[in-house]
Amino acid sequence: MPETLLFYLFSGIAIVASALVIGQRNPMYSIMLLITSFGALSALYIQLDAPFVAMAQIIVYAGAIMVLFLFVVMLLNAPQEDGAEWDRAHPLRRPGVSRLGALLAGLLIVQLVWALMRATDASTAVNASGDVAAISSVRSVGRVLFTNYVFAFEATSILILVAMVGAVVLAARESGR
Amino acid sequence: MDQATLRFVIQLLIIGFTFFMLINASALLVLAERKIMGFMQQRYGPYLVGPHGLLQPLADIVKLLFKEELRPKAADKWLFTLAPIISVTAAFAAFAAVPWGAETTFFGLLDTPVKLGVADVNVAVLVVFAITSMGVYGIVLAGWSSNNKYSLLGGLRSSAQMISYELAYATALASVIMLAGSLSLREVVDAQDGFWFRVIPRWYLFLQPIGFIIYAIAGVAETNRAPFDFPEAEQELVGGYNTEYSSVRFALFPQAEYINMTTMSAVATDLYLGGWHGVPFLDRLGLGWMVFLVKVGVILFTYIWVRWTVPRYRYDQLMQFGWKWLFPAAVVNLIATAALILYFNA
Repeated sequence: MPETLLFYLFSGIAIVASALVIGQRNPMYSIMLLITSFGALSALYIQLDAPFVAMAQIIVYAGAIMVLFLFVVMLLNAPQEDGAEWDRAHPLRRPGVSRLGALLAGLLIVQLVWALMRATDASTAVNASGDVAAISSVRSVGRVLFTNYVFAFEATSILILVAMVGAVVLAARESGR
Repeated sequence: MDQATLRFVIQLLIIGFTFFMLINASALLVLAERKIMGFMQQRYGPYLVGPHGLLQPLADIVKLLFKEELRPKAADKWLFTLAPIISVTAAFAAFAAVPWGAETTFFGLLDTPVKLGVADVNVAVLVVFAITSMGVYGIVLAGWSSNNKYSLLGGLRSSAQMISYELAYATALASVIMLAGSLSLREVVDAQDGFWFRVIPRWYLFLQPIGFIIYAIAGVAETNRAPFDFPEAEQELVGGYNTEYSSVRFALFPQAEYINMTTMSAVATDLYLGGWHGVPFLDRLGLGWMVFLVKVGVILFTYIWVRWTVPRYRYDQLMQFGWKWLFPAAVVNLIATAALILYFNA
């Protein structure tokens, strides 16, 4: 029973904080709320017996990526989002673009519903293999990551490397070298 | 009292004791810092309050508590209040995952031994790392919400510095984790029990000398201590991120800093100096935590010693050093450790 209560508490925090992220005029508040949402998500991971994922979530997202966001917002020094300046000519404000956005959002919802309907089978599959401690241990996460999913892992690292090289090139061009 | 209640009470006492020691650590460190600084600069340091100035921290606290609390009109009300709270909460919370003593029955009081430490987490290294990395928000938000350009610069510097040195810090940690084969601090400590050739303690300090140095340097940078105290560099930034703060809100920042120092030293003791192991006779009595305290004290003294010996770097030197020397050194150390482990295990 307390597990269920905690689950609803943290999911509630995650949903409310995520919704509020969009509603803020001040980007700083948006960032703080996003961090709150990440924290609540990580609590949910702990409840799912995945302490490693939970900690990785905090270290990577809340600890490193959001600090970068914060850094950018502070450098831009934008305490308020521009209010009523609707630029109709802006390429992102054209009706075609908005329709595409709506279509993508719709697709995402369909995908989510589909995934949730499948999830009922997945939960039994995990429980069937037994030992929760063995599944949640870092050792087994690492083993699976470097055997079954090694291609995805390496592909991700190459993607990140590409982004890094791109950033270095852009930075070097700005300083005129 | 039956065993279950007794156990519960003792757990509560352990948590309370940890909290009490942490609060006292920050007060004692203020005094120690001023006394050691005085000694190094050939003067007495605080001397008037209590015998040899021993009650100085108390006087400081009373002074800070009774000061007027100010908030600049243009400051962001919510974040300005929240910032010191985040700082100090993260500092306290990080210590929750640090074990500071072996399992003990308190000389037979309990029938099953209890673990000394607030919580025994199986990913303790990551928990400490995650929570201390949240502490940077306190400093960054304080810098931003004060609406003061010096504070803002302090906050910016802090965020850049944290990100840069976190990498080297985590990579140094990873080498020790590979040696111990566990992310649990308690298991890492217990892997260091015993002696080589009956004299040299089996501490990871001797297997990971480079790792320890990297950890120590990155640790000093993570806690914003001199020679890496850029967020509050007085000569350049007035007071840095805490310029606009006063009274209790101000006091929380140095307190968080001192507690972070203590946590950093405690984790270093657990990872590299064998935690509570090292004196077999005390270990057998279940008093290994005293050894732990001594080790933490030695590291803390070195922290203060470094602050009053090494002058502050320049900001570009900080970045150069972090990215071009410390991080590559940590990566090489990691790869070498991995190769040696494979070689000796094969």
